[in-house]
Amino acid sequence: MTIIRFLIRRILTGLVVLWLVASGTFFLFFARPVATVARQLAGREATPAVINQTIKDLGLNQPIGVQYWHFLDRLAHLNLGHSYFNQESVNTILKQDLPPTASLVVGGTILWLIVGLSIGIISATRARSLFDRLSTVGVLIGLSMPPFVIGEFLLLIVFVPLNQHGFHWIQDQYAGPSQGIVTWAGHMILPWITLAAVQAAIYTRLMRGQLLSVLGEDYIRTARAKGLSERRVIFRHGVRSALTPVVSQLGIDVGGFLGGVVVVESVFGLGGIGQVAVQSIQTEDLPVIIGFVLVAAAFVVVANILVDLAYALLDPRVRIS
Amino acid sequence: MSVTEIQFQAAAVESAPVQAVEGRSQWQLTWRRLRSDKVAVASMIVILVMIALALAAPGIAALVHHGPNQAFVNTGENAVGNPVGPGTNGFWLGTDDTGRDLMVRIFYGARISLFVGLTTTAIATVAGVTVGMIAGYFGGLVDTILARFIDAVLAFPYVVLALALVVVFGPSLTIIIALISFFAWAGIARIVRGQTLSLKEKEYIEAARSLGAGPFRIMFIDILPNLLAPVLVLATLYIPAAVVFEATLSFLGLGVQPPTASWGNILSAAQPFYTVAWWYIVFPALALLITTLAFNLLGDGIRDAMDPTTERLLRARKGAKRPRRAKPLVLTEEIPGAALPPAAQ
Amino acid sequence: MTHEAVDPVMTGAAPGGDDILVRVENLVKYFPVRTVGFIRRTVGNVQAVDGVSLTIPRGKTLGLVGETGSGKSTLARCVAGLLPATSGKVIFDGHDITNLSRARMQPFRREIQMIFQDPYGSLNPRRRVGAIIGDPFAIHKTVPAGERKRKVQELMERVGLNPEHYNRFPAEFSGGQRQRIGVARALALRPKLIICDEPVSALDVSIQAQVLNLLADLQRDYELTYLFIAHDLEVVRHVSDSVTVMYLGRVAESGPKELVYDSPRHPYTAALLSAAPAADPDAAASRQRIILTGDIPSPIDPPSGCRFHPRCPKAQELCSQQDPPLEVKAGDAATHLTACHFPVEAGENLAAEAAARR
Repeated sequence: MTIIRFLIRRILTGLVVLWLVASGTFFLFFARPVATVARQLAGREATPAVINQTIKDLGLNQPIGVQYWHFLDRLAHLNLGHSYFNQESVNTILKQDLPPTASLVVGGTILWLIVGLSIGIISATRARSLFDRLSTVGVLIGLSMPPFVIGEFLLLIVFVPLNQHGFHWIQDQYAGPSQGIVTWAGHMILPWITLAAVQAAIYTRLMRGQLLSVLGEDYIRTARAKGLSERRVIFRHGVRSALTPVVSQLGIDVGGFLGGVVVVESVFGLGGIGQVAVQSIQTEDLPVIIGFVLVAAAFVVVANILVDLAYALLDPRVRIS
Repeated sequence: MSVTEIQFQAAAVESAPVQAVEGRSQWQLTWRRLRSDKVAVASMIVILVMIALALAAPGIAALVHHGPNQAFVNTGENAVGNPVGPGTNGFWLGTDDTGRDLMVRIFYGARISLFVGLTTTAIATVAGVTVGMIAGYFGGLVDTILARFIDAVLAFPYVVLALALVVVFGPSLTIIIALISFFAWAGIARIVRGQTLSLKEKEYIEAARSLGAGPFRIMFIDILPNLLAPVLVLATLYIPAAVVFEATLSFLGLGVQPPTASWGNILSAAQPFYTVAWWYIVFPALALLITTLAFNLLGDGIRDAMDPTTERLLRARKGAKRPRRAKPLVLTEEIPGAALPPAAQ
Repeated sequence: MTHEAVDPVMTGAAPGGDDILVRVENLVKYFPVRTVGFIRRTVGNVQAVDGVSLTIPRGKTLGLVGETGSGKSTLARCVAGLLPATSGKVIFDGHDITNLSRARMQPFRREIQMIFQDPYGSLNPRRRVGAIIGDPFAIHKTVPAGERKRKVQELMERVGLNPEHYNRFPAEFSGGQRQRIGVARALALRPKLIICDEPVSALDVSIQAQVLNLLADLQRDYELTYLFIAHDLEVVRHVSDSVTVMYLGRVAESGPKELVYDSPRHPYTAALLSAAPAADPDAAASRQRIILTGDIPSPIDPPSGCRFHPRCPKAQELCSQQDPPLEVKAGDAATHLTACHFPVEAGENLAAEAAARR
């Protein structure tokens, strides 16, 4: 089966998953007494007049099947609804808050992939050395500290003293790349490290373990005996084989990764969609939350398809099945 | 002369390998190895101390005459209404922003964290082992459905579900326990399923079937004892994950609600004060860090105690590696006249 | 040692309390080969057992011989009810036990037991030996828990183990002792039939003799019937009353052991016998080995007609077209059956023919 057919199959599966998630979300939120739903949709501050308006606008008195159909219809047009609390469409809100999240995700992912995998590879090739022992300790600490603790520690230990001594590059809050790469990096560096820390720890350990067991295999010994350079042996043969379980782990981790994103945004005040969603809990702004749930699900599905693609490229056997 | 013509009169029992002690089980051996692992022992002690402190929290509160939710505005806050530092006015670790004793709150938070960690892991283990065994043993359609379900749960972003559930049902301890258990069991089920799939091909399982044993007897009497080792390691590593999960949820406001103390919501409330009250962040964070570190180290220790072969493997490789690591390039490039076939590259 | 005139292909014969304990009629077992994916199509079959019939008289031992891939282990498992048969019948003590449901098969499980090949794999390493041997009592609820220990210890003594080792783990026993544990477990419910799947193949030669002697003693004492599977011809000759030779899922030859060993009619049997190691160096030197060409074919795509024809030194065109029936050949006793169009004649030099063909 070629890559194209593989891709098509995965996309179709992804669409089915999205549909299932959307339906589940819908029934979870809307299959409740009309008054409750209306009140939540209208927001905590809503007056009875607004609530009635909500019921009329969204047709909450209609049978649930009809509502479901409208819901799917709106989704197909990428309309995520309207927030009464903010008086804006959810699409607008999410679009506004996307840049910080995107910056965080992209930078953080690159950082943890590079750091995690390289430390893992180096540790495996220098097993039991000082470097390895140090990295093991580092990994353990990284694994034991939830992102919000790391974030707050970094703020406390790095941001505060630096600023107090007049060194202002590192800032909290968000500044986009449009304000200059250096400024952007200065604002994002601590969030990136925070997000990357736990993930890097997991992948360092995973990579190290996999590579260690792969390097013990006979075919590696053969490659060395053939006279291949150590670097070639490690990368072409060792890492390539060790990479596949790591890639499959990526797919599973996307879900947890999202959690980290939300937390880091909250700690550093980045104002991304994660933080906005959490704040919406306080204001009981249901449309924003629903929007976030759907966007997050879409992100997970897309990420999983990408991971599967990478896996198929690495391991030809997968394509045939 | 064929083999069968060699007549051994087996009157006596064949000589068995000499055993000094009778029947030492796998668990006894593991325990002995664990006992000699200093790091693991230290972790065990730390955990026991933590549990003791958590259980004794009310007693400690009475000792220092500070309740967990008692706000001492006079002694607990300084002139501008900020928290006071450790050691002042009888507050061993300082106070929080409303003048409550931080140390007492931390110990009460320990109760929540340990309770959540232990109960969710217990639930997840029972559920995960059962589902994993059923999926692995029965195979076929049952397995396909269960395996896909397990994968779906594993990939699910927990924050999203947490958000959704809290919006619909409101935040509570029960929701947290249900949520965490829901995600934890899938990880255990996955591993158990994999183990069961390979175990069920073993000949002694076939023997049990030939004796007439039913599937559930086989699962619980023949397969389960072989699963306990990895499950134990997994459970020990899930406890700190559950603790962190609860702290994260409380931090985001989705978990335990103030004024009940949880390490997560303490840290959340501490955020605006980090410039003026370092202890407000450091001490709860340390408590969290120490607890999770201890469980993680213990889990690693148990894993090593159960499977000493990895250690030996690494030690052997280390000895062999050193000479080889020394300039492998010499072999292929710098020895004059070494005519290695170019195809080797 | 007389045998009944046995016609292995019974057509609608009424079973009754006769001397045949096990009757296998045209047993077929195919394993489907499926494509991977959500909807799996069957693209072929591994024809592990393709029409095998045999009988085992009460109290006797039938030796089943064949190479790896001949289907003998699969056949054994079908008889034991561990694998469902694709078609054909297994009749045990007059009852048709083919593909019975688990509930209906349960009472027969007390009468049919199995001893496995691998002394290291056939015992659960995490359970104590006493529990393992006592399993049949627990499963079939024949002995209350309080009495089990005593009964298990009796069994241990009977098979030559020290009853005080009741609480030990299998890892603390040697290979031969573990097989004895397996024997004790099989013996617990006083079965009628014990299927021995290569029980001594994994043991040292000196231990093999001990275990075989034990099995012989038990057969005598408890009137056991054995289906004994092996690939070592000498072992089979020692223990069996009658022998069946299998090749690629079919019976090549069967009959009383003296007849099959002394005057094999099927070229395959002759080749096997000629290849068996002889301990006497003079005999070994003077022995002429019949060397077969080619590899054993795949059971997914077996050769047409007689399955052995690609490797047979006597094969002719008929052999690739027609499957030879299992029948008595001219000059043989009624109990000696061969499936061959051109069976080996007395005095024929098969080794020379094989060499000429190569």
